[in-house]
Amino acid sequence: MAGHSNYVPQSAGAKWLESRLPVISLVRGSFVDFPTPKNLNYWWTFGGILFFVLIAQLITGIVLAMHYTPNTGLAFDSVEHIMRDVNFGWMLRYLHANGASMFFIAVYIHIFRGLYYGSYKAPREISWILGVIIFLIMMGTAFMGYVLPWGQMSFWGATVITNLFSAIPLVGEEIRTWLWGGFAVDNPTLNRFFSLHYLLPFMIFGVVILHVWAFHTTGNNNPSGVQPKTKQDTIPFHPYYTVKDLFAIIVFMILFAWFAFYLPNYMGHPDNYIEANPLVTPAHIVPEWYFLPFYAILRAVPDKLGGVVAMFGAIAILFVLPWLDTSKVRSGAYRPLFKQFFWIFVLDCIILGYLGAKPAEPPYVLIAQICTVYYFAHFLVILPLLGFLEKPRPLPASISEAVLKGGSGKPAAAVAASETN
Amino acid sequence: MAHTDQAEPTRRDFLYIATGAAGVVGAGALAWPFIDQMNPDASALALASIEVDVSAVEEGQSITVKWRGKPVFIRNRTETEVEEAKVVPIADLPDKLARNANLPTDAEATDPNRGVEGKENWLVQVGICTHLGCVPLGDAGDFGGWFCPCHGSHYDTAGRIRKGPAPENLLIPPLEFVSDSTIKIG
Repeated sequence: MAGHSNYVPQSAGAKWLESRLPVISLVRGSFVDFPTPKNLNYWWTFGGILFFVLIAQLITGIVLAMHYTPNTGLAFDSVEHIMRDVNFGWMLRYLHANGASMFFIAVYIHIFRGLYYGSYKAPREISWILGVIIFLIMMGTAFMGYVLPWGQMSFWGATVITNLFSAIPLVGEEIRTWLWGGFAVDNPTLNRFFSLHYLLPFMIFGVVILHVWAFHTTGNNNPSGVQPKTKQDTIPFHPYYTVKDLFAIIVFMILFAWFAFYLPNYMGHPDNYIEANPLVTPAHIVPEWYFLPFYAILRAVPDKLGGVVAMFGAIAILFVLPWLDTSKVRSGAYRPLFKQFFWIFVLDCIILGYLGAKPAEPPYVLIAQICTVYYFAHFLVILPLLGFLEKPRPLPASISEAVLKGGSGKPAAAVAASETN
Repeated sequence: MAHTDQAEPTRRDFLYIATGAAGVVGAGALAWPFIDQMNPDASALALASIEVDVSAVEEGQSITVKWRGKPVFIRNRTETEVEEAKVVPIADLPDKLARNANLPTDAEATDPNRGVEGKENWLVQVGICTHLGCVPLGDAGDFGGWFCPCHGSHYDTAGRIRKGPAPENLLIPPLEFVSDSTIKIG
């Protein structure tokens, strides 16, 4: 990271600091002078957007913790206290609750961008794997955060998810009791979830640094998938991408603010405004929207352990994706068959999300089973075979050529250009 | 050590391994309190048993009580319900074990093994679906017993799983009638 900086300290103070802790050249090498492919499109701005949302969640979360009480007798009321009494409490809570949804909107777009442009392929496997780890910690953090208001959905969501662990053979029951700190979801559970909900975002922050470090070592991927070859292929991160990312962040903030101020409960569930009652399960419990595809996979398998394995497997399979895709071509823009299967896969995930919100009855269960099989087939059958069956379009000689001859963001034009060569 | 040609382990090798082993054991011993603090504490364990007066529960009625933070269904079953449960062959049950904490673990899921011994109309069970922990609804489902709205498990009038994803019959907690009208659970 620091190696990319041509920074030479000028002032006496900067020289003094640089010779003791080269932090100025580290930051300049990573976020100012860092050579970045010049053809990054707006799909690449979601990394910056995610960093912004992470910071926003940290700030709103830290101040909410100043007013929230993690005790089953007080938690629900303390959230209402935040909504009604605390100065700007309503705004802080709505920003934090909707911020979680925004985080997942951005991370799903970021993941699908990586899937389309082959960002997981050599030499960026580590960056991809760290990304999957971030995704997992995010899911844990969001789940525990949703428990904190101690409404009916909080309680029963916590019950269903912690019960997933009881499916583990032999030690499942003991693990579940250990997670609960009792014989049901109760005060010890709420108390520890609060502690961990505060901790995990800082762990995400740490893994984000490793994630960025990894792809700053290999260099960014780009829409053409071709590695930069000369200086003509890259531009410095600042001002070109700082401005582009900032513009995207501002557009994203409009969406964020629209939800936080005009539709603050649109992505929540009304049952969570009923205080948790361990004796009554709501008639229809659903997780937050961002877990729905995985929830649909869980319910598609008519066996407890099998369902849990399939659900975690759906995420775990991403860890080995770099070795499942056999194609040597990175970018989907040059892979005519892959491109079609990619969009079918996107559709499959959206249908799974829709089914996750539906009751577990015919015909939804059967459709969910078909979609689950397809989800795994995409990774285990289609991607390995495509590398052998597909004839990719000719790749541009360099990023510069891809940009000057019609842009890799417009693959059709790029093909025409390549074919006339 | 890598530069010597000695094949025999030396005193120093032994000391390295012994030191390393002591370190691993020490780290494990230190980690245990940090893991074990999450297990149920003394106050949670202290709530282990309750006594319930069931004299007001008429035939065909149920009550729900809280035991160890969980709902417990106490049902005074009608004769029809008991008969319905009795005629079901064991072979038709997805879970053939009684899941009754008062009987050996391999007891079969017959109706007498599910009900309270000597008082077969009483059915006392932990009201938690064995799938993922929701509370099933009473007098519901395809088998006239309980139905879990979360993922669609149907239980019969003896609380046995008949249809749906739940792997086991509803659990029967340790219990006894301490008098004609009082049940001790736990």
